[in-house]
Amino acid sequence: MTTYYSKDHEWISVEGGTATIGITAYAQEQLGDVVYVELPDAGKALSQGDEAAVVESVKAASEVYAPIDGEVTEANDVLADEPAKVNEDPEGAAWFIKMTVGNEGQLADLMDEAAYKAYIETL
Amino acid sequence: MSMNTQGRPTAAGDAGESFRPKTFTGNRGLDMEEPLIFEVGSLENCGVDLDEGDLPEFELGGHARRAEIGLPGLAEPEAMRHYVRLSRNNYAIDAGLYPLGSCTMKHNPRLNEKMARLPGFADVHPLQPVSSVPGAIELIDELAHWLMVSTGTHAVAMSPKAGAHGELCGMMAIKAAHTAAGRSPEIVLVPESAHGTNPATAALLGYKVVSIDAKDDGTVDLEALKTTIAEHTGNIAGIMLTNPNTCGLFERDIKEIADRIHEAGGFFYCDGANFNAIVGKARPGDLGVDAMHINLHKTFSTPHGGGGPGSGPVVLSDKLAPFAPLPFIRKTDDGLELVETEAATNDGEQPFGRMTAFQGQMGMYVRALSYMMSHGSDGLRQASEDAVLNANYVRVGLQDLMSLPFGERPCMHEVLFDDSFLKDTCVTTLDFAKAMIDEGYHPMTMYFPLVVHGAMLIEPTESESRASLDLFVATMRDLVMSAKRGETQRFSGAPYLAPRRRLDETGAARKPVLKWTEPEPAQVTPEAAE
Repeated sequence: MTTYYSKDHEWISVEGGTATIGITAYAQEQLGDVVYVELPDAGKALSQGDEAAVVESVKAASEVYAPIDGEVTEANDVLADEPAKVNEDPEGAAWFIKMTVGNEGQLADLMDEAAYKAYIETL
Repeated sequence: MSMNTQGRPTAAGDAGESFRPKTFTGNRGLDMEEPLIFEVGSLENCGVDLDEGDLPEFELGGHARRAEIGLPGLAEPEAMRHYVRLSRNNYAIDAGLYPLGSCTMKHNPRLNEKMARLPGFADVHPLQPVSSVPGAIELIDELAHWLMVSTGTHAVAMSPKAGAHGELCGMMAIKAAHTAAGRSPEIVLVPESAHGTNPATAALLGYKVVSIDAKDDGTVDLEALKTTIAEHTGNIAGIMLTNPNTCGLFERDIKEIADRIHEAGGFFYCDGANFNAIVGKARPGDLGVDAMHINLHKTFSTPHGGGGPGSGPVVLSDKLAPFAPLPFIRKTDDGLELVETEAATNDGEQPFGRMTAFQGQMGMYVRALSYMMSHGSDGLRQASEDAVLNANYVRVGLQDLMSLPFGERPCMHEVLFDDSFLKDTCVTTLDFAKAMIDEGYHPMTMYFPLVVHGAMLIEPTESESRASLDLFVATMRDLVMSAKRGETQRFSGAPYLAPRRRLDETGAARKPVLKWTEPEPAQVTPEAAE
């Protein structure tokens, strides 16, 4: 399993042909208390950069963008009832969606953990 | 300490006084602890004498009430007290400086109110015959005229009820124009510096929103715009841009942006919420704008927030004019004609439909026109200039202590700070805003725009005097220095002095209680129980 990070503060964990996507601990900290999560239905085709989900906190509503092309295979519907999970365990139980990896080449443009850590230091 | 003749302190507050009584009522002097109206009133009471009468139930068909609906009854003085007490906890522009950036809380001149209460305007009913309200029609037309003059445009749709409604109207006109020309482009460009309602409006109409990045100076990145236009050639419906933008900056490349969009076959929607910064200085029509809403409740001083409904007329370029929604006023040789139906339209008039049941916010039209006429063109220009001057006065008064995200350059009618000046103080933008409440100020807009970290957007408006601005600046400086000295308690627990302390916003959003629940089961009438 390899985990990648995007500049939009998403993490992408790839195992086999499936990518699990969520928002990073840094993102949840910046958002503050998350109060609402809107997820796509399974089967939705996404292109890199498309709006995949919406996460709303007491401060702001933000889009979660698809970091790669692919088709949504599963959404973490638990988040609809328990948005607080995003604050509690953003990089674990509070994953947003699972999707197919439509274009492996796009993964190369994402950051690894060390690069992402260095990136948020600059913000 | 000053004392009265009985030797009791006369000064307000607790200066030198450590004792604070814990009151029996929960009231703190004039700060009343007012319960909900359901808890004040009683289901058994009725505030008025109503004839019990024999209501013939059959006339209601199957809609007869089956159970008591549980409305509390109060005598008139009780109802009066309830609302007056609640109103004392309200903060309004009539009570103090209201620096809510992007919302333009400016003084509502009392002359406007007087005009709106003239019986000829106040008592008209939207269903009375048009022939009986020529004055009202003429007033709408007169206001429409001056809106077009001040924006340099060719038509105006008067009926939209507020800003976002106006945006929808403008974008529907744009969509109708594309449809009429046999085109169906799918993309609307929205810069990051636009108002949050802009992408929502485009999405509501089924458009795909493509975001345009901002440059480091907070304005639209023209190069990014050109690239995006090239990527989506032939598929661009238009752009929705706010100018002055939501960072309080004038988009200097606006003409170039307009030209590029027009070349790409798109229309230019300008969010006119910040028009109050440029009235009398620049005409959006000259800048290439095709559609723009005007918030009468911001730019033209009609009441705003709890004080009254919004009103968002949309000015349209000649290309979009034919698609203005019903109803509209047509000038003929015989005078003014109100066109209310498709059937009454002439050739060349292709309204995209109708957005409101009636003509729009008549009371706001009267107030807005009263504001325009009483100020004149020179007065309106001065209002814009003073709004910009006041915002810059606040900027200069605070920029050495607070942090400007885009450098020390002039702003328009609102000044945007970020939270980098609070770094390492353990005080957040939210804490800072709450501490302003203890100082008797409504907080500024926080955490918006999103392009700036921990944003604080301050719009003092033109109606504040220099003395008022000085006090505000001094208060803000005191708060900033307090935060920098490490006096975190003043912020972390704020507000201390408001009727309520820090509200549980997260709890309210996650588990909203939207309904008052009666402690006992609802009363059921004997008839319904049978």
